[in-house]
Amino acid sequence: MKTDVVILGGGPAGLTAGMYAARSRIPLILIERGQTGGQMAATATVENYPGFIDPVLGAELAEKMERQARKFRLEILYRDVIGVTRNERGFTVEADGSDTIQCKAIILATGASPVQLGLPGEAEFYGKGVSYCAVCDGPFFQDLEVAVIGGGDSAVEESVYLTRFAKKVHLIHRRDELRACKEIQEKAFSEPKVAIHWNTVPVEILGQKDVTGIRVRLVKTQEEETLPVGGVFFYAGLRPNSEPFLDLVETDSRGFVVTDQEMRCSVQGVFAAGDVRAKALRQITTAVGDGATAAYSAQHYLEGSY
Amino acid sequence: MIQIFKRGVFRMSDNPNLLHVTDTDFEQQILKSDLPALVDFWAAWCGPCRTVGPVVEELAGEYAGKVKIAKMNVDENKSTPGRYGIRGIPTLILFKDGQVVDQIVGAVPKNRIKDLLNKVA
Repeated sequence: MKTDVVILGGGPAGLTAGMYAARSRIPLILIERGQTGGQMAATATVENYPGFIDPVLGAELAEKMERQARKFRLEILYRDVIGVTRNERGFTVEADGSDTIQCKAIILATGASPVQLGLPGEAEFYGKGVSYCAVCDGPFFQDLEVAVIGGGDSAVEESVYLTRFAKKVHLIHRRDELRACKEIQEKAFSEPKVAIHWNTVPVEILGQKDVTGIRVRLVKTQEEETLPVGGVFFYAGLRPNSEPFLDLVETDSRGFVVTDQEMRCSVQGVFAAGDVRAKALRQITTAVGDGATAAYSAQHYLEGSY
Repeated sequence: MIQIFKRGVFRMSDNPNLLHVTDTDFEQQILKSDLPALVDFWAAWCGPCRTVGPVVEELAGEYAGKVKIAKMNVDENKSTPGRYGIRGIPTLILFKDGQVVDQIVGAVPKNRIKDLLNKVA
């Protein structure tokens, strides 16, 4: 297969880049390994996307963005990308099922995934009480206590969401203040079912067949305590989905792809947008901005004006 | 929310090789099945289930006659997921002769599901 631009990833960054490029009539294909919408689709509700006055379901926003991009004839191919190589004509994108696509420019919009802390029990109890997606798994914890690990927007927001099901939500946070925005913090503080454990780190997930508790440690006193939870939700940061490109473009020490402000990567013809990019704020709003800029830059690159 | 999933990948499939099982017919269809059986436990509110759903549907065709492939909606059927300790979806469980052979939790690439199926196919 041959095209001008390949966009890797169908989250808000990739879909926006796709919509902009499609409207510019650039021949392109967007490749998505799973569901369009990315992390947005796994978010319960979104309250800070402009234009949506009432909270909108992450899945609904994902579906709308996809429909809008498809309206402009964006073509989406559902494949997992194994690698990208450079050659004299541009780039070859290798997807599973032995599909290869030759293209002139690439937009990396592969996003980020929740960090796995590697605690004892974390991998063992995945799907048996350990989760990285409150929207997916929350309903399994009806009338149980659960723990959420983290202190950013996602951790705090999803803690509040989980009170719909759980009888108590323990938010485990390693510092003495939350990183989440004040609006979200206030929601958590006013929710009686959310108990915040400050200066506390998770140590081990306990259980037999499924999770029965979590051992946590107070940072200051090193004192340990066991909380009787049936579920543990991890929202302790993000890691970039950049493994297939680590040899292709420059990344920072954590693997996030480095770009300039026009979304250009260290290799000509490669652009990056959204959460996979090294930047300060990872939001749907910043992802769509990145996506538009990346498409614009790719277009200029194809026209030879960069 | 409901309206979103009616169209797209969540429509009930017309695929004749794909079964939709319930708490009521699970024993008959899966545990007492002559063929090994793979069950995809899913729900409409689960994003990653949208990833796995179409893959499972494709595999239903590819493994027809070798492995019975089924889906169970965990919203409408509570007792079977409870019996197998499911606390996260999508969960794929492979059964043979009424016993669990192995399982996969979460959205994984098609090849990993094929590796699972090839244990019995």
